[in-house]
Amino acid sequence: MAQIIIKNLRKDFGDFTAVQSSSFTIEDGEFFMLLGPSGCGKTTTLRMIAGLELPTSGEIFIDGEEVSQKPASQRDIAFVFQMFALYPHLNVRQNISYPLKSQRMPSAQIKTKVAEVARVLGIEDILNKPVGGLSGGDRQRVALGRAIVRDPKAFLMDEPLGALDAEFREHMSQELRALHDRMGATTVYVTHDQLEAMQMGDKIVVMNHGSVEQFGVPQQIYDWPATLFVADFIGSPQMNLLPFNATVAEGDTSVALSGHHFEIPRLRQAASGDLIFGVRPEHVTLDQSSAFRGNVTAVEYLGTTQIITLETPNGMVKARVAAAQTVKTGQDIGLGFTARTITIFDVSTGAALLSDANREVLDHG
Amino acid sequence: MSGYSVTEPSKRQKWFAGLLVITYALVTLMPLLWIIATGFKSPEDAISYPPKVLFEPSLEGYVNLFTTRTRITEGMKEGLQPPANWYEQIVRDSGTVIAGPSRYGQRFLNSVIIGFGSTFLAIFFGTLAAYAFSRFKVPLKDDLLFFILSTRMMPPIAVAIPMFLMFRQLGLNDTHLGMILLYTAVNLSLSVWLLKGFIDEIPLEYEEAALIDGYTRFQAFYKVVLPQAATGIASTAIFCLIFAWNEYAFAVLLTSGSAQTAPPFIPTIIGVGGQDWPAVAAGATIFLIPVMIFTILLRKHLLRGITFGAVRK
Repeated sequence: MAQIIIKNLRKDFGDFTAVQSSSFTIEDGEFFMLLGPSGCGKTTTLRMIAGLELPTSGEIFIDGEEVSQKPASQRDIAFVFQMFALYPHLNVRQNISYPLKSQRMPSAQIKTKVAEVARVLGIEDILNKPVGGLSGGDRQRVALGRAIVRDPKAFLMDEPLGALDAEFREHMSQELRALHDRMGATTVYVTHDQLEAMQMGDKIVVMNHGSVEQFGVPQQIYDWPATLFVADFIGSPQMNLLPFNATVAEGDTSVALSGHHFEIPRLRQAASGDLIFGVRPEHVTLDQSSAFRGNVTAVEYLGTTQIITLETPNGMVKARVAAAQTVKTGQDIGLGFTARTITIFDVSTGAALLSDANREVLDHG
Repeated sequence: MSGYSVTEPSKRQKWFAGLLVITYALVTLMPLLWIIATGFKSPEDAISYPPKVLFEPSLEGYVNLFTTRTRITEGMKEGLQPPANWYEQIVRDSGTVIAGPSRYGQRFLNSVIIGFGSTFLAIFFGTLAAYAFSRFKVPLKDDLLFFILSTRMMPPIAVAIPMFLMFRQLGLNDTHLGMILLYTAVNLSLSVWLLKGFIDEIPLEYEEAALIDGYTRFQAFYKVVLPQAATGIASTAIFCLIFAWNEYAFAVLLTSGSAQTAPPFIPTIIGVGGQDWPAVAAGATIFLIPVMIFTILLRKHLLRGITFGAVRK
C-alpha cells in the first residue's frame, strides 16, 4: 500500500484544460474521495493517476516513485470502472485471475488467490459462471475481486456504484467501506454524489472547472466551505447563501442583513461590496422574537425533521427544524442563525473570508 | 396471460407470415435447386422440352466435368477392354473413352487458394487498420477513411485496363499472388469500414482494464479486443470471401492458365464436346459448396453482423 502525492498536475485536451495545477496528498491507507460535478476534471485526474491519460505537466508520486509518464501496466494499481468492464468472453474465475496471469503467476497459486478473494467477497458460488448473466451487484463484486486479487499499491474507482440502482447502492457502499477497512488499502474514489463522498470518505477533494476548490475531511468541508461553489455543492439542502452589500473590517463580530444585526465568528479579513452570508439549514432557528422575518412558502416533512422554505428580504432561506414544530404555509416567522456557524463569502473572489472559526480549516488547505 | 396482446401475432398472422417466407424461399431457391438437379440429369434430359422435373439421375455430368473424353466408333468399341469402373462405364455408354482428367480440379484449387488467401489478408490488414482508426489519433483520419471508401465508388472493372498493364509489367499476370493481392485490395475498403464499426462498439474500458491488469497495448488488443470482435470479423470474412470467390471479370482478364479460378473455367466447358449443361451445372454445384460450408459455420455471427448497430447491448 502506498501514499500518493499529486503535484501541480495539469491536463490539456487541445484548447480545453481539463485539470489545472491540482495538488493534494493521499495518505497511505486513506479512503479518498474526488468529488465534483460532471466535467470538473475528477475522472481525468483519476485516469492520470492510473496511467490511462498522460498529464500535460506535473508530477504523480506513488509510494515515493514518480510515475506520471509511465504506462498503466507498470504502476501496480487497480482500477474499478463505472461499467465494471468485466471481460465478457471470460467467466468469473478467469476475470479475477486475469491480472495474475499477466504476472505469470503459477496456476496453483492463482487458484489459491482467487479462492481467497472469492471468499472475502462472498462470490464462491458464481466462480464458474459467465459474467454475462450476473446481477449488477455480483458484477461489482467480481470487478472488486479483479482489483484486490493482486494486492496493488492503490485502488482507483471511477463511480463504481453509479451503475447500480439506488437501493443496492446503499448496501454496496457499506460493503465497499467495510472491505477497505479490513484491507487498509489506499483508495481513490471518484463520485459526483456529495452524500456518497461524505458517507464513505476519510478525506475529500472537491473539484470544479478543473481545479481543486477544497481539500479536507468531510466534516471540515461541510462546516467550513472554502468557496461559494463548495458551500453550494455540499449538503442537501444546500447552504443558505444570502446576498448583502456591506463593508466589513478585520475584527468585526457582526454583520447587518437588511438592517438587522447578526453575530458572526470574529473576522480576520476585511472586504467590501457584494458579500454573502452563508448558513446551513440546520443552523437556522425559528425565533418569533427576531425582527428578521420570513414568509413560509413550502414545508417538506422528512420524518424526524422538516425543511421549511421561507421568503426573506435577502432571498430564499431553507431551515431544517424538528418535525414536531407546527409551521404552516403563508405563516410569517422570525428567523435566527447560530452565530458560531456563519461563513461570510466575498462574491468578487468566490472565497470565504477568514474568521476565528474557519481559520484552522482554511489555512492548511 | 391470455387474450389480446400487442406483441404476440395472431394465428392467422403467423400463418400468413409463414406462407410469405416459404414463397420467398421457393423463389430464391428455385435457380439453385434447378442447377443442382441439372447436374444429375443426362444431357438429353437437361435440354428436353418441356423441362423434366422427374428424371432418372445420372452422374454423367460430374464424370464429364472431371474428365476429357474422345469419341469412339462402334468398331473401335469391340477391341477395347471392358470398363474398369463405374465412371468408365458411364463414359463408354455415351460412346466415348476417357482421354485424361480435366482441369476443373486445378481451377477449383486455385479458387480456394486465391479466395481464402485474399480473405485472410483483407481481414488481417483490415482489422489492424480498423483498430488504429477506431482507437488512435490518426492525422487526417476522416480524409483517409473517405479515401479508403472512395476506392469503392467505381466498379472495379473500370480500372481493368491499367490493372492489366500493371500486372503485365510486374509479372503478376496469371499468378496466385497477383490475384490474391488484387482481391485483397478490392476487399480492404469493405473490411476496414465494417470492422471499424464493430471495433467502435467495443467499449474502451475493456482495453483499459487489461492495461491496468498489467498487459501491453498489443496484448490488450489480441487478448481482449479480438475475441470480442470475432462476430464482426466472421461476418466481414464471409462478405470478402463471397466477393473473391465469385469474381469473374478480373479473373477472365488476368488469368488464363496456371492461376485461373473456377468462375472463368466453368463456361469453357460448354465449348468442349457440345453444350454439356449437366457438366456446367455440376461444376457450379461443387463450386457452391465451400462458401456454403463457410457461411453455415459462421452463420450465427453473420446474422448478428447484418443487424449490428441496430441493437445496443
